[in-house]
Amino acid sequence: MTIAVTKFRVEDKLYQNRYLVDPGRPHIKVRPHERPSTNLLALTHVCPAKCYEVNDKSQVEITADGCMECGTCRILCEPSGEIEWNYPRGGFGVLFKFG
Amino acid sequence: MIAEEFDAIVIGAGMSGNAAAYTMASHGLKVLQLERGEYPGSKNVQGAIMYANMLEKIIPDFRDDAPLERHLVEQRLWVMDDRSHTGIHYRSDDFNETKPNRYTIIRAQFDKWFSRKVREAGATVLCETTVTELVRDAANGKVIGVRTDRAGGVLYADVVVLAEGVSGLLGTRAGLREMPKPETVALAVKEMHFLPEEVIEQRFGVKGDEGCVIEAVGTISRSMAGLGFLYTNKESVSLGIGCLVSDFAAAKESPYALLDAFKNHPSIRPLIAGSEVKEYAAHLIPEGGHKAIPQLFGDGWVVVGDAAQLNNAVHREGSNLAMTSGRIAAEAIVQVKRRNDPMTGRNLTLYKAMLDKSFVVKDLRKYKDMPALLHTNSSNFFTTYPRLISQAAQNFMRVDGTPKIEKEKATTAAFIKERSRWGLVSDAVRLAFAWR
Repeated sequence: MTIAVTKFRVEDKLYQNRYLVDPGRPHIKVRPHERPSTNLLALTHVCPAKCYEVNDKSQVEITADGCMECGTCRILCEPSGEIEWNYPRGGFGVLFKFG
Repeated sequence: MIAEEFDAIVIGAGMSGNAAAYTMASHGLKVLQLERGEYPGSKNVQGAIMYANMLEKIIPDFRDDAPLERHLVEQRLWVMDDRSHTGIHYRSDDFNETKPNRYTIIRAQFDKWFSRKVREAGATVLCETTVTELVRDAANGKVIGVRTDRAGGVLYADVVVLAEGVSGLLGTRAGLREMPKPETVALAVKEMHFLPEEVIEQRFGVKGDEGCVIEAVGTISRSMAGLGFLYTNKESVSLGIGCLVSDFAAAKESPYALLDAFKNHPSIRPLIAGSEVKEYAAHLIPEGGHKAIPQLFGDGWVVVGDAAQLNNAVHREGSNLAMTSGRIAAEAIVQVKRRNDPMTGRNLTLYKAMLDKSFVVKDLRKYKDMPALLHTNSSNFFTTYPRLISQAAQNFMRVDGTPKIEKEKATTAAFIKERSRWGLVSDAVRLAFAWR
Protein backbone atom coordinates (compact mmCIF):
# COMPACT_ATOMS: atom_id res chain seq x y z
CA MET A 1 0.00 0.00 0.00
CA THR A 2 2.82 2.35 0.90
CA ILE A 3 4.43 1.61 -2.47
CA ALA A 4 1.23 2.41 -4.32
CA VAL A 5 0.93 5.76 -2.53
CA THR A 6 4.56 6.68 -3.26
CA LYS A 7 4.18 5.75 -6.90
CA PHE A 8 1.10 7.89 -7.19
CA ARG A 9 2.98 10.82 -5.72
CA VAL A 10 5.94 10.54 -8.07
CA GLU A 11 3.70 10.34 -11.11
CA ASP A 12 1.89 13.36 -9.74
CA LYS A 13 5.19 15.25 -9.60
CA LEU A 14 6.17 14.17 -13.11
CA TYR A 15 2.81 15.31 -14.41
CA GLN A 16 4.03 18.92 -13.91
CA ASN A 17 6.93 18.35 -16.29
CA ARG A 18 7.15 18.72 -20.05
CA TYR A 19 8.41 15.81 -22.12
CA LEU A 20 8.73 15.04 -25.79
CA VAL A 21 8.67 11.25 -25.88
CA ASP A 22 10.40 9.53 -28.80
CA PRO A 23 7.94 6.65 -29.38
CA GLY A 24 9.52 3.23 -29.69
CA ARG A 25 13.04 4.55 -29.06
CA PRO A 26 13.69 4.40 -25.31
CA HIS A 27 17.08 5.91 -24.48
CA ILE A 28 17.71 3.49 -21.62
CA LYS A 29 17.56 -0.29 -21.84
CA VAL A 30 17.89 -2.91 -19.13
CA ARG A 31 19.92 -5.96 -20.15
CA PRO A 32 17.85 -9.17 -19.90
CA HIS A 33 18.65 -10.92 -16.65
CA GLU A 34 17.51 -13.74 -14.39
CA ARG A 35 18.12 -12.08 -11.04
CA PRO A 36 18.88 -8.35 -10.70
CA SER A 37 22.10 -7.30 -8.97
CA THR A 38 21.99 -5.17 -5.81
CA ASN A 39 22.65 -1.99 -7.79
CA LEU A 40 20.04 -2.77 -10.43
CA LEU A 41 17.48 -3.51 -7.74
CA ALA A 42 18.44 -0.26 -5.98
CA LEU A 43 17.25 1.70 -9.03
CA THR A 44 13.66 0.84 -8.08
CA HIS A 45 13.99 3.24 -5.14
CA VAL A 46 16.88 5.52 -6.17
CA CYS A 47 15.54 6.64 -9.57
CA PRO A 48 13.90 10.02 -8.85
CA ALA A 49 11.27 9.43 -11.54
CA LYS A 50 10.58 5.88 -10.38
CA CYS A 51 11.17 4.59 -13.91
CA TYR A 52 12.38 1.20 -12.67
CA GLU A 53 10.06 -1.46 -11.34
CA VAL A 54 10.25 -5.13 -10.45
CA ASN A 55 7.99 -7.31 -12.63
CA ASP A 56 6.22 -10.51 -11.59
CA LYS A 57 9.31 -12.55 -12.52
CA SER A 58 11.39 -10.51 -10.01
CA GLN A 59 13.28 -8.85 -12.86
CA VAL A 60 13.85 -5.11 -13.12
CA GLU A 61 12.07 -3.32 -15.97
CA ILE A 62 12.22 0.26 -17.13
CA THR A 63 9.65 2.65 -18.55
CA ALA A 64 11.76 5.65 -19.48
CA ASP A 65 8.96 8.07 -20.43
CA GLY A 66 9.21 10.07 -17.16
CA CYS A 67 13.02 10.06 -17.10
CA MET A 68 14.60 13.39 -16.11
CA GLU A 69 17.96 12.29 -17.60
CA CYS A 70 19.84 12.79 -14.33
CA GLY A 71 22.16 9.85 -15.06
CA THR A 72 21.96 8.22 -11.62
CA CYS A 73 21.15 4.80 -13.10
CA ARG A 74 24.02 5.15 -15.54
CA ILE A 75 26.45 5.81 -12.66
CA LEU A 76 25.16 2.80 -10.73
CA CYS A 77 24.60 0.24 -13.48
CA GLU A 78 26.36 1.08 -16.73
CA PRO A 79 29.85 -0.06 -15.61
CA SER A 80 28.49 -3.60 -15.07
CA GLY A 81 26.67 -3.53 -18.40
CA GLU A 82 23.28 -4.06 -16.76
CA ILE A 83 21.84 -1.00 -18.40
CA GLU A 84 22.59 0.82 -21.61
CA TRP A 85 22.21 4.58 -21.41
CA ASN A 86 22.17 6.94 -24.37
CA TYR A 87 21.04 10.52 -24.72
CA PRO A 88 17.61 10.80 -26.31
CA ARG A 89 17.69 12.03 -29.90
CA GLY A 90 18.11 15.78 -30.23
CA GLY A 91 15.04 17.67 -28.99
CA PHE A 92 13.45 14.62 -27.32
CA GLY A 93 13.15 13.72 -23.66
CA VAL A 94 12.59 16.03 -20.70
CA LEU A 95 12.25 19.75 -21.41
CA PHE A 96 12.72 21.74 -18.24
CA LYS A 97 10.64 24.92 -18.14
CA PHE A 98 12.58 26.26 -15.15
CA GLY A 99 15.39 23.79 -14.41
CA MET B 1 23.81 20.43 -42.20
CA ILE B 2 26.85 22.64 -42.01
CA ALA B 3 29.63 21.28 -44.19
CA GLU B 4 32.58 23.28 -43.03
CA GLU B 5 35.35 23.24 -40.51
CA PHE B 6 35.44 25.14 -37.25
CA ASP B 7 38.13 26.45 -34.98
CA ALA B 8 36.24 24.93 -32.07
CA ILE B 9 33.16 22.82 -31.39
CA VAL B 10 31.58 23.19 -27.96
CA ILE B 11 29.40 20.32 -26.76
CA GLY B 12 26.69 21.53 -24.42
CA ALA B 13 25.02 24.86 -23.70
CA GLY B 14 25.21 25.00 -19.93
CA MET B 15 27.28 27.44 -17.87
CA SER B 16 30.71 26.13 -18.90
CA GLY B 17 29.80 25.58 -22.56
CA ASN B 18 28.26 29.03 -22.90
CA ALA B 19 31.21 30.67 -21.19
CA ALA B 20 33.64 28.85 -23.51
CA ALA B 21 31.66 29.50 -26.70
CA TYR B 22 31.13 33.17 -25.83
CA THR B 23 34.78 33.77 -24.98
CA MET B 24 36.13 32.06 -28.11
CA ALA B 25 33.59 33.70 -30.43
CA SER B 26 34.24 37.17 -29.02
CA HIS B 27 37.94 36.63 -29.74
CA GLY B 28 37.05 35.98 -33.35
CA LEU B 29 37.23 32.20 -33.44
CA LYS B 30 34.82 30.28 -35.65
CA VAL B 31 32.74 28.40 -33.08
CA LEU B 32 30.00 25.80 -33.38
CA GLN B 33 28.05 24.94 -30.25
CA LEU B 34 25.87 21.83 -30.14
CA GLU B 35 23.04 21.36 -27.64
CA ARG B 36 20.78 18.33 -27.49
CA GLY B 37 17.86 20.15 -25.84
CA GLU B 38 15.08 21.93 -27.68
CA TYR B 39 16.47 25.21 -26.37
CA PRO B 40 19.55 26.01 -24.26
CA GLY B 41 18.65 25.26 -20.65
CA SER B 42 16.00 22.66 -21.40
CA LYS B 43 18.25 19.91 -20.00
CA ASN B 44 19.91 21.97 -17.28
CA VAL B 45 19.09 21.97 -13.59
CA GLN B 46 20.55 24.07 -10.79
CA GLY B 47 19.41 25.40 -7.38
CA ALA B 48 20.16 28.12 -8.47
CA ILE B 49 22.55 30.81 -7.20
CA MET B 50 24.64 32.74 -9.69
CA TYR B 51 27.81 34.52 -8.56
CA ALA B 52 28.27 37.88 -10.22
CA ASN B 53 32.07 38.10 -10.14
CA MET B 54 32.60 35.12 -12.42
CA LEU B 55 30.01 36.27 -14.94
CA GLU B 56 31.39 39.83 -14.90
CA LYS B 57 34.70 38.41 -16.11
CA ILE B 58 32.83 37.14 -19.19
CA ILE B 59 30.00 39.63 -19.71
CA PRO B 60 30.76 42.72 -17.57
CA ASP B 61 27.40 44.43 -18.16
CA PHE B 62 25.25 41.31 -17.69
CA ARG B 63 23.00 43.15 -15.22
CA ASP B 64 21.56 45.23 -18.09
CA ASP B 65 19.49 42.40 -19.50
CA ALA B 66 20.17 39.06 -17.80
CA PRO B 67 17.07 37.43 -16.24
CA LEU B 68 17.98 37.67 -12.55
CA GLU B 69 15.51 36.79 -9.81
CA ARG B 70 16.66 38.25 -6.47
CA HIS B 71 19.99 39.45 -5.12
CA LEU B 72 20.83 37.73 -1.86
CA VAL B 73 20.96 39.74 1.34
CA GLU B 74 20.52 36.88 3.79
CA GLN B 75 21.93 33.40 4.17
CA ARG B 76 20.59 30.96 6.73
CA LEU B 77 22.61 27.85 7.55
CA TRP B 78 20.52 25.39 9.51
CA VAL B 79 21.24 22.24 11.45
CA MET B 80 17.99 20.33 11.69
CA ASP B 81 16.58 17.49 13.70
CA ASP B 82 13.09 16.11 13.13
CA ARG B 83 11.28 18.99 14.87
CA SER B 84 13.73 21.86 15.04
CA HIS B 85 16.41 23.87 13.36
CA THR B 86 19.37 25.65 14.92
CA GLY B 87 20.67 28.35 12.65
CA ILE B 88 23.46 30.69 11.84
CA HIS B 89 21.98 33.58 9.89
CA TYR B 90 23.91 36.27 8.18
CA ARG B 91 22.13 39.29 6.79
CA SER B 92 23.70 42.55 5.82
CA ASP B 93 22.51 45.73 4.18
CA ASP B 94 25.97 45.76 2.57
CA PHE B 95 24.57 43.21 0.14
CA ASN B 96 22.18 45.90 -1.09
CA GLU B 97 24.87 47.33 -3.33
CA THR B 98 24.90 48.81 -6.82
CA LYS B 99 26.40 45.64 -8.18
CA PRO B 100 25.18 42.81 -5.94
CA ASN B 101 27.37 39.80 -5.33
CA ARG B 102 24.96 36.87 -5.73
CA TYR B 103 21.61 36.36 -7.39
CA THR B 104 19.06 33.60 -7.57
CA ILE B 105 18.32 32.63 -11.15
CA ILE B 106 16.05 30.24 -13.04
CA ARG B 107 18.30 28.24 -15.32
CA ALA B 108 16.04 27.70 -18.32
CA GLN B 109 15.55 31.48 -18.59
CA PHE B 110 19.14 32.39 -17.75
CA ASP B 111 20.60 29.88 -20.20
CA LYS B 112 18.43 31.21 -23.04
CA TRP B 113 19.79 34.67 -22.32
CA PHE B 114 23.38 33.45 -22.13
CA SER B 115 22.92 31.57 -25.39
CA ARG B 116 21.61 34.71 -27.09
CA LYS B 117 24.84 36.45 -26.02
CA VAL B 118 26.84 33.55 -27.46
CA ARG B 119 25.07 33.93 -30.82
CA GLU B 120 25.51 37.71 -30.75
CA ALA B 121 29.23 37.14 -30.20
CA GLY B 122 29.27 35.27 -33.48
CA ALA B 123 29.05 31.58 -32.61
CA THR B 124 26.74 29.20 -34.44
CA VAL B 125 24.43 27.47 -31.97
CA LEU B 126 22.63 24.33 -33.06
CA CYS B 127 19.98 22.94 -30.71
CA GLU B 128 18.11 19.63 -30.89
CA THR B 129 21.39 18.03 -31.89
CA THR B 130 22.79 15.14 -29.89
CA VAL B 131 26.47 14.43 -30.38
CA THR B 132 26.76 10.66 -30.68
CA GLU B 133 30.51 10.24 -30.95
CA LEU B 134 33.86 12.00 -30.90
CA VAL B 135 35.75 11.50 -34.14
CA ARG B 136 39.48 10.81 -33.86
CA ASP B 137 42.31 10.80 -36.35
CA ALA B 138 42.96 7.18 -37.26
CA ALA B 139 46.70 7.74 -37.30
CA ASN B 140 47.39 9.60 -34.04
CA GLY B 141 44.13 9.47 -32.05
CA LYS B 142 43.69 13.25 -31.96
CA VAL B 143 40.09 14.37 -31.57
CA ILE B 144 39.25 16.03 -34.88
CA GLY B 145 35.49 16.42 -34.76
CA VAL B 146 32.13 15.00 -33.77
CA ARG B 147 29.35 12.92 -35.23
CA THR B 148 25.77 13.92 -34.42
CA ASP B 149 22.33 12.36 -34.78
CA ARG B 150 21.57 14.72 -37.65
CA ALA B 151 22.19 13.66 -41.22
CA GLY B 152 25.34 15.07 -42.78
CA GLY B 153 28.33 13.24 -41.42
CA VAL B 154 31.24 14.50 -39.42
CA LEU B 155 31.71 18.07 -38.19
CA TYR B 156 35.38 18.96 -37.98
CA ALA B 157 37.19 21.33 -35.63
CA ASP B 158 40.71 22.00 -34.40
CA VAL B 159 39.55 21.50 -30.84
CA VAL B 160 36.45 20.08 -29.11
CA VAL B 161 35.36 21.59 -25.81
CA LEU B 162 33.52 18.95 -23.77
CA ALA B 163 30.97 20.86 -21.71
CA GLU B 164 28.65 17.90 -21.58
CA GLY B 165 27.70 17.93 -17.92
CA VAL B 166 28.31 15.74 -14.91
CA SER B 167 27.62 12.32 -16.35
CA GLY B 168 29.36 13.21 -19.63
CA LEU B 169 28.63 10.35 -21.98
CA LEU B 170 31.01 11.26 -24.78
CA GLY B 171 34.24 11.77 -22.86
CA THR B 172 33.72 8.75 -20.64
CA ARG B 173 32.82 6.52 -23.58
CA ALA B 174 35.82 7.73 -25.57
CA GLY B 175 38.03 6.80 -22.61
CA LEU B 176 39.17 10.38 -21.99
CA ARG B 177 38.17 10.07 -18.34
CA GLU B 178 36.41 7.67 -16.02
CA MET B 179 32.75 7.83 -15.26
CA PRO B 180 32.05 9.40 -11.82
CA LYS B 181 31.66 6.87 -9.01
CA PRO B 182 28.42 6.58 -6.98
CA GLU B 183 30.30 7.92 -3.94
CA THR B 184 31.52 11.04 -5.77
CA VAL B 185 28.19 12.31 -7.10
CA ALA B 186 25.06 13.47 -5.31
CA LEU B 187 21.55 13.10 -6.66
CA ALA B 188 19.49 16.20 -5.97
CA VAL B 189 15.76 16.60 -6.53
CA LYS B 190 14.06 19.93 -6.60
CA GLU B 191 10.61 21.47 -6.95
CA MET B 192 9.55 24.92 -8.10
CA HIS B 193 6.96 26.31 -5.70
CA PHE B 194 5.11 29.35 -6.96
CA LEU B 195 3.85 31.98 -4.53
CA PRO B 196 2.79 35.61 -4.97
CA GLU B 197 5.69 38.04 -4.75
CA GLU B 198 4.32 39.78 -1.66
CA VAL B 199 3.90 36.46 0.15
CA ILE B 200 7.56 35.64 -0.45
CA GLU B 201 8.54 39.11 0.78
CA GLN B 202 6.49 38.71 3.98
CA ARG B 203 7.58 35.18 4.78
CA PHE B 204 11.28 35.79 4.26
CA GLY B 205 11.46 39.38 5.46
CA VAL B 206 12.70 40.78 2.18
CA LYS B 207 11.56 43.63 -0.05
CA GLY B 208 11.97 44.55 -3.69
CA ASP B 209 14.61 42.39 -5.32
CA GLU B 210 16.12 41.20 -2.04
CA GLY B 211 16.39 37.46 -1.57
CA CYS B 212 17.10 34.89 1.09
CA VAL B 213 18.72 31.47 1.06
CA ILE B 214 18.31 28.58 3.46
CA GLU B 215 20.68 25.65 3.40
CA ALA B 216 20.25 22.83 5.86
CA VAL B 217 21.91 19.66 7.05
CA GLY B 218 20.69 17.19 9.62
CA THR B 219 18.24 14.39 10.06
CA ILE B 220 16.51 15.46 6.82
CA SER B 221 19.12 13.38 4.98
CA ARG B 222 18.44 10.31 7.17
CA SER B 223 22.09 9.72 8.11
CA MET B 224 23.23 10.05 4.50
CA ALA B 225 25.66 12.77 3.40
CA GLY B 226 23.24 15.39 2.10
CA LEU B 227 21.94 18.93 2.01
CA GLY B 228 18.52 20.57 1.82
CA PHE B 229 18.04 23.98 0.29
CA LEU B 230 15.45 26.69 -0.25
CA TYR B 231 16.14 29.66 -2.52
CA THR B 232 13.79 32.58 -3.03
CA ASN B 233 13.10 33.66 -6.59
CA LYS B 234 10.91 36.58 -7.61
CA GLU B 235 7.62 34.68 -7.63
CA SER B 236 8.75 31.21 -6.68
CA VAL B 237 10.79 29.25 -4.23
CA SER B 238 13.26 26.57 -5.40
CA LEU B 239 13.28 23.82 -2.83
CA GLY B 240 15.26 20.61 -2.91
CA ILE B 241 17.44 18.04 -1.27
CA GLY B 242 20.39 15.97 -2.40
CA CYS B 243 22.45 13.05 -1.07
CA LEU B 244 25.31 10.93 -2.37
CA VAL B 245 24.19 8.32 -4.91
CA SER B 246 26.11 5.58 -3.05
CA ASP B 247 24.25 6.49 0.15
CA PHE B 248 20.86 6.42 -1.59
CA ALA B 249 21.64 2.99 -3.01
CA ALA B 250 22.87 1.53 0.28
CA ALA B 251 20.27 3.13 2.54
CA LYS B 252 17.28 2.03 0.46
CA GLU B 253 16.01 5.60 0.55
CA SER B 254 14.13 7.40 -2.23
CA PRO B 255 14.87 11.00 -3.20
CA TYR B 256 11.18 11.93 -3.56
CA ALA B 257 10.44 10.57 -0.06
CA LEU B 258 13.22 12.75 1.36
CA LEU B 259 11.93 15.75 -0.54
CA ASP B 260 8.40 15.26 0.78
CA ALA B 261 9.67 14.85 4.34
CA PHE B 262 11.78 18.01 4.00
CA LYS B 263 8.75 19.94 2.68
CA ASN B 264 6.71 18.74 5.66
CA HIS B 265 9.33 19.63 8.26
CA PRO B 266 7.76 22.06 10.77
CA SER B 267 10.46 24.64 9.96
CA ILE B 268 9.88 24.47 6.20
CA ARG B 269 6.16 23.78 5.80
CA PRO B 270 4.93 27.28 6.73
CA LEU B 271 7.38 28.86 4.29
CA ILE B 272 5.82 27.12 1.29
CA ALA B 273 2.21 26.81 2.50
CA GLY B 274 -0.30 27.37 -0.29
CA SER B 275 2.28 27.21 -3.07
CA GLU B 276 1.64 25.81 -6.52
CA VAL B 277 4.29 23.32 -7.69
CA LYS B 278 5.07 23.72 -11.38
CA GLU B 279 8.07 21.47 -11.91
CA TYR B 280 9.93 18.53 -10.42
CA ALA B 281 13.54 18.13 -11.51
CA ALA B 282 16.48 15.87 -10.74
CA HIS B 283 20.17 16.25 -11.40
CA LEU B 284 23.56 14.89 -10.39
CA ILE B 285 26.13 17.09 -8.64
CA PRO B 286 29.87 16.32 -8.67
CA GLU B 287 31.00 15.88 -5.04
CA GLY B 288 34.39 14.21 -5.36
CA GLY B 289 36.32 17.47 -5.09
CA HIS B 290 39.98 17.81 -5.98
CA LYS B 291 40.67 14.07 -6.02
CA ALA B 292 37.95 13.50 -8.62
CA ILE B 293 39.29 16.00 -11.19
CA PRO B 294 40.09 13.98 -14.31
CA GLN B 295 42.60 14.59 -17.08
CA LEU B 296 41.49 18.02 -18.33
CA PHE B 297 42.99 18.15 -21.83
CA GLY B 298 44.43 16.04 -24.59
CA ASP B 299 45.09 16.07 -28.31
CA GLY B 300 42.25 18.11 -29.77
CA TRP B 301 40.08 18.32 -26.65
CA VAL B 302 39.51 19.97 -23.27
CA VAL B 303 36.88 19.21 -20.63
CA VAL B 304 35.20 21.92 -18.53
CA GLY B 305 32.54 22.44 -15.85
CA ASP B 306 30.61 19.59 -14.25
CA ALA B 307 32.02 17.15 -16.81
CA ALA B 308 35.41 17.90 -15.23
CA GLN B 309 33.81 17.42 -11.77
CA LEU B 310 34.63 21.04 -10.88
CA ASN B 311 32.27 21.64 -7.99
CA ASN B 312 32.95 22.96 -4.50
CA ALA B 313 30.59 20.92 -2.33
CA VAL B 314 31.59 22.65 0.91
CA HIS B 315 30.61 26.10 -0.36
CA ARG B 316 27.88 24.80 -2.67
CA GLU B 317 29.52 26.51 -5.63
CA GLY B 318 29.38 24.89 -9.04
CA SER B 319 28.12 27.15 -11.79
CA ASN B 320 30.82 29.73 -11.07
CA LEU B 321 33.51 27.06 -11.32
CA ALA B 322 31.87 25.90 -14.53
CA MET B 323 31.79 29.40 -16.03
CA THR B 324 35.37 30.08 -14.99
CA SER B 325 36.72 26.80 -16.35
CA GLY B 326 34.87 27.41 -19.63
CA ARG B 327 36.30 30.92 -19.89
CA ILE B 328 39.84 29.83 -19.00
CA ALA B 329 39.78 26.89 -21.43
CA ALA B 330 38.61 29.29 -24.14
CA GLU B 331 41.33 31.82 -23.32
CA ALA B 332 43.96 29.07 -23.50
CA ILE B 333 42.60 27.92 -26.87
CA VAL B 334 42.63 31.52 -28.15
CA GLN B 335 46.29 31.86 -27.12
CA VAL B 336 47.29 28.61 -28.83
CA LYS B 337 45.38 29.66 -31.93
CA ARG B 338 47.05 33.10 -32.04
CA ARG B 339 50.45 31.47 -31.98
CA ASN B 340 49.30 29.34 -34.93
CA ASP B 341 50.20 26.27 -32.89
CA PRO B 342 48.31 23.00 -33.29
CA MET B 343 45.70 22.03 -30.66
CA THR B 344 47.78 19.21 -29.24
CA GLY B 345 47.64 18.05 -25.66
CA ARG B 346 51.10 19.50 -25.21
CA ASN B 347 49.90 22.97 -26.19
CA LEU B 348 46.59 22.68 -24.34
CA THR B 349 48.50 22.08 -21.08
CA LEU B 350 48.14 25.84 -20.92
CA TYR B 351 44.48 25.39 -19.90
CA LYS B 352 45.43 23.33 -16.86
CA ALA B 353 48.26 25.68 -15.94
CA MET B 354 45.86 28.63 -16.02
CA LEU B 355 43.12 26.76 -14.15
CA ASP B 356 45.56 25.68 -11.43
CA LYS B 357 46.32 29.34 -10.77
CA SER B 358 42.63 30.26 -10.46
CA PHE B 359 40.34 30.00 -7.43
CA VAL B 360 38.75 26.92 -9.04
CA VAL B 361 41.57 24.49 -8.36
CA LYS B 362 42.89 26.36 -5.31
CA ASP B 363 39.53 26.06 -3.54
CA LEU B 364 39.08 22.41 -4.45
CA ARG B 365 42.61 21.64 -3.24
CA LYS B 366 41.87 23.35 0.08
CA TYR B 367 38.99 20.95 0.75
CA LYS B 368 40.49 17.85 -0.85
CA ASP B 369 39.92 15.66 2.23
CA MET B 370 36.40 16.89 3.00
CA PRO B 371 34.40 14.56 0.69
CA ALA B 372 35.98 11.46 2.23
CA LEU B 373 35.47 12.75 5.78
CA LEU B 374 31.79 13.55 5.31
CA HIS B 375 31.16 10.32 3.47
CA THR B 376 32.80 8.00 5.97
CA ASN B 377 31.27 9.75 8.97
CA SER B 378 27.93 10.66 7.49
CA SER B 379 25.76 9.36 10.33
CA ASN B 380 27.73 11.35 12.92
CA PHE B 381 27.78 14.59 10.97
CA PHE B 382 24.27 14.35 9.57
CA THR B 383 22.32 12.72 12.41
CA THR B 384 24.15 12.43 15.75
CA TYR B 385 25.52 15.98 15.91
CA PRO B 386 22.37 17.66 14.60
CA ARG B 387 20.33 15.89 17.32
CA LEU B 388 22.85 16.84 20.00
CA ILE B 389 22.93 20.45 18.83
CA SER B 390 19.15 20.66 18.91
CA GLN B 391 19.02 19.17 22.43
CA ALA B 392 21.73 21.54 23.61
CA ALA B 393 19.95 24.56 22.16
CA GLN B 394 16.61 23.57 23.64
CA ASN B 395 18.21 22.83 27.00
CA PHE B 396 19.76 26.31 26.89
CA MET B 397 16.54 28.10 25.87
CA ARG B 398 13.96 26.29 27.97
CA VAL B 399 13.44 27.78 31.41
CA ASP B 400 12.20 25.11 33.78
CA GLY B 401 13.75 25.74 37.19
CA THR B 402 16.75 23.47 36.56
CA PRO B 403 19.90 25.22 37.76
CA LYS B 404 22.04 26.33 34.80
CA ILE B 405 25.06 24.39 36.02
CA GLU B 406 23.04 21.15 35.85
CA LYS B 407 21.80 22.04 32.36
CA GLU B 408 25.36 22.52 31.16
CA LYS B 409 26.43 19.21 32.71
CA ALA B 410 23.55 17.43 31.00
CA THR B 411 24.52 18.87 27.63
CA THR B 412 28.18 17.90 28.04
CA ALA B 413 27.18 14.42 29.22
CA ALA B 414 24.93 13.95 26.18
CA PHE B 415 27.78 14.76 23.76
CA ILE B 416 30.16 12.40 25.57
CA LYS B 417 27.58 9.63 25.75
CA GLU B 418 26.92 9.78 22.00
CA ARG B 419 30.45 10.27 20.68
CA SER B 420 32.82 9.69 23.66
CA ARG B 421 35.53 12.17 24.61
CA TRP B 422 37.95 10.60 22.16
CA GLY B 423 35.32 10.63 19.38
CA LEU B 424 34.58 14.32 19.93
CA VAL B 425 38.23 15.30 19.85
CA SER B 426 38.95 13.12 16.85
CA ASP B 427 35.92 14.46 14.90
CA ALA B 428 37.02 18.02 15.65
CA VAL B 429 40.61 17.36 14.64
CA ARG B 430 39.66 15.59 11.42
CA LEU B 431 37.21 18.33 10.52
CA ALA B 432 39.83 20.98 11.22
CA PHE B 433 42.40 19.20 9.08
CA ALA B 434 39.96 18.73 6.21
CA TRP B 435 38.97 22.38 6.43
CA ARG B 436 42.38 24.06 6.74
